[in-house]
Amino acid sequence: MTVRIQREPFDAAAEAKALTAGRTDIGAVVTFTGICRGSDDGAPVAAMTLEHYPGMAEAEIERHVGEAGTRWPLLGVTVIHRVGRLLPGDDIVLVVTAASHRGDAFAAAEFLMDWLKTRAPFWKKEERPGATGWVAAREADDTAAARWESGTGT
Amino acid sequence: MSMKVLYFAWVRERVGKAEEEIVPPEGVGTVAELMDWLAGRGEEYAHAFENRRVIRAALDQAHARPDSPIAGAREIAFFPPMTGG
Repeated sequence: MTVRIQREPFDAAAEAKALTAGRTDIGAVVTFTGICRGSDDGAPVAAMTLEHYPGMAEAEIERHVGEAGTRWPLLGVTVIHRVGRLLPGDDIVLVVTAASHRGDAFAAAEFLMDWLKTRAPFWKKEERPGATGWVAAREADDTAAARWESGTGT
Repeated sequence: MSMKVLYFAWVRERVGKAEEEIVPPEGVGTVAELMDWLAGRGEEYAHAFENRRVIRAALDQAHARPDSPIAGAREIAFFPPMTGG
């Protein structure tokens, strides 16, 4: 398990390769990359700055990676979240899950992203033409995370 | 006993500082009571904590609820709903 919070860009392909290097038991790797959009609800976004709670952010992600490991037979997980000022097109977050079969890898990646969005202490501030402001939490993200609480997945 | 308080995102901007040491008075026993007490410390705090229902808290870097007891905690953080990912 690898959890990193960093300002620097990441290399999604290299991170996925690192999970499978020298192994023959992994049959599926899912790689999810979240990217900074140039518009939100139709309004242009010039840049965003990601703030986090050092220590708790890592701990909270690690808790959920551990939880994912109890739900699905995972053979490797890497989560990288960037902080600092990001421009449209920049990568924000990477989740890589490895398992013997694709169903487990897909489900675990989605589970981790849903929890990352609602429970990991990160906050986005958007720069728009003429104004900057903190992004409001979306109810849809809470709904997406809540569906895992029944323990049945989707 | 003194504890460290951390503020993030717009809570930090409104309070005007990222962290401070405080000594909560007797009778302040829960996260909600601590928010009430902080809100009374000045205009900037009143502004930061004016809508307490949307503010989340963490005790020693783990999510807490309004009725969570603060006794024994070394660090408490206040922040808006999270928007990472």
